[in-house]
Amino acid sequence: MKKLLTKKNLAALLLIIAIYALLFACDHLGVFNRQSKALLVPIGINIMLAVSLSLLVGFLGELSLGHAGFMSVGAYAGCMFTIHMDLPMAVELPLAMLLGGVVAAVFGFLIGIPALRLKGDYLAIVTLAFGEIIRSVLNNLGLVGGSGGLNGIPKYSNYTIVYVMMVITIIVIANLVHSRHGRAICSIRDNVIASEAMGIPVVYYKLMAFVAAAFFAGIAGVLYGHNLGILKPSTFDFNKSIEILVMVVMGGMGSLPGAVIAAIIITVLPEALRGLSDYRMLIYAVVLIAMMLLNNNARFNSFKQRLFSKRAARQGAQLTKEGE
Amino acid sequence: MALLEVKNLGISFGGLRAVDGFNVNIEKGALYGLIGPNGAGKTTVFNMLTGVYQPTVGSFSLDGENLTGKSTLEIAHKGIARTFQNIRLFGKMTVQDNVKVGLHNHVKYGLASGIFRLPGYFRDEKYLDERAKELLDVFGLYGERDYLASNLPYGKQRKLEIARALATGPKLLLLDEPAAGMNPNETGELMETIHFVRDTFDMTILLIEHDMKLVSGICEEITVLNFGQMLAQGKPSEVLNDPKVIVAYLGE
Repeated sequence: MKKLLTKKNLAALLLIIAIYALLFACDHLGVFNRQSKALLVPIGINIMLAVSLSLLVGFLGELSLGHAGFMSVGAYAGCMFTIHMDLPMAVELPLAMLLGGVVAAVFGFLIGIPALRLKGDYLAIVTLAFGEIIRSVLNNLGLVGGSGGLNGIPKYSNYTIVYVMMVITIIVIANLVHSRHGRAICSIRDNVIASEAMGIPVVYYKLMAFVAAAFFAGIAGVLYGHNLGILKPSTFDFNKSIEILVMVVMGGMGSLPGAVIAAIIITVLPEALRGLSDYRMLIYAVVLIAMMLLNNNARFNSFKQRLFSKRAARQGAQLTKEGE
Repeated sequence: MALLEVKNLGISFGGLRAVDGFNVNIEKGALYGLIGPNGAGKTTVFNMLTGVYQPTVGSFSLDGENLTGKSTLEIAHKGIARTFQNIRLFGKMTVQDNVKVGLHNHVKYGLASGIFRLPGYFRDEKYLDERAKELLDVFGLYGERDYLASNLPYGKQRKLEIARALATGPKLLLLDEPAAGMNPNETGELMETIHFVRDTFDMTILLIEHDMKLVSGICEEITVLNFGQMLAQGKPSEVLNDPKVIVAYLGE
């Protein structure tokens, strides 16, 4: 227990509570209008999606274009559960999230299997196909409402629940990445041949990363369904997968804080620009390009590193010293 | 009984016999050299011994256990570690984390301990940090532990690769051209390090090398390969004066 109560962890805990207190206060003091309040849940859900995809793209180094697919199977499984069960919310929603996560994880395992043989572009195409197959199956499956959508889902999601799940997702993935398992996953990204020669069970860790990423995407999907009250297959299309991928890439590959910030910006931006109507997509695109350029700027990166990591700062100081 | 026994090992790629009839016995604690001109099949031998390629004929065993046909992973677990001719570090990970990946199988804490930070996590990570420090100290890399591996200068990358291979706790260490691209000073330093590693860790080392000074300086026995065939085997002083070997290297 003592080791858990380090300064860094306490600071993180305070930050988590402070952000929630701020949200709570803003909500109750009427700072949020209806539109901005309606954005809170999607922001949390997108952060969960971006952070979980980051495990695959940023840490395992495999490009996945089917994250919306994992999200949709989780969403449908969880929402079908709450529609057909008649339990109090406090029991029903956690069970639905667990079910959605597990179902998505099963699909993550299945997609992980071709990932053992395929690399790079080829795997990207397989995951893309997976997402599209899921969408067309859902479109034609009468049981879940087909293309008309799944209606009558209880609207359980609120920003408190989403915030809690988001924090759990971030902590679990961050802790995973900073354990021996995470190091194994990163070593596969950097050099799979060396990784295997060092005795890392590559098969196991690739599947683990896919299962974990899909699990959290599934939970995000369940929360998404319980937020809108309706699920439509068309929302889980290729564009959704790309949107999540953009969050990960823009946040900087392999950076969890980056993924969180990018998820917030990309969720808020289209809404914030709504007033500009015709110029909305234009400005959105310009902002994306600007952020990409900024991300590849050496000065900005070293600034970012100084901000986020003391270790990196120490290394930077050493490097400049050597430079002199 | 020798630690590594290789019997009549050979591999064909289509019609090409890349290595043929390779025999070698390496005693525990030996420092053994494998030399030969470019394309002689030295790295192919390494790739067979680490399961990257499966030999077409022949067999090899470590500590009396037959490892022919085993996968890279199984062989790594049985205790053969290697470095690579073209350095294969985990470039975007820190120097310390590279070594800790090598130490991966020395601790057993599970997924749950890692995610929920159970006591096992702290105990094992502390142990890993200590072991990593020991290894990095041997190679003089501890001061650079927080650097990304890809930011190290070339000579230090080679050393880090050796440290990482040692971290797996192998019985046999295969070094593929450890001195490639090093200047004479660095080579000299590396020779000392290899000697030191053999003595402190009681390691058995098989190395591929082009640098004759390094080979004759530290190897107790060498084998010369040419066009996949064994040309000579024995003490460096004898082998390097063998007319056949001189012809293979310098031509007639």
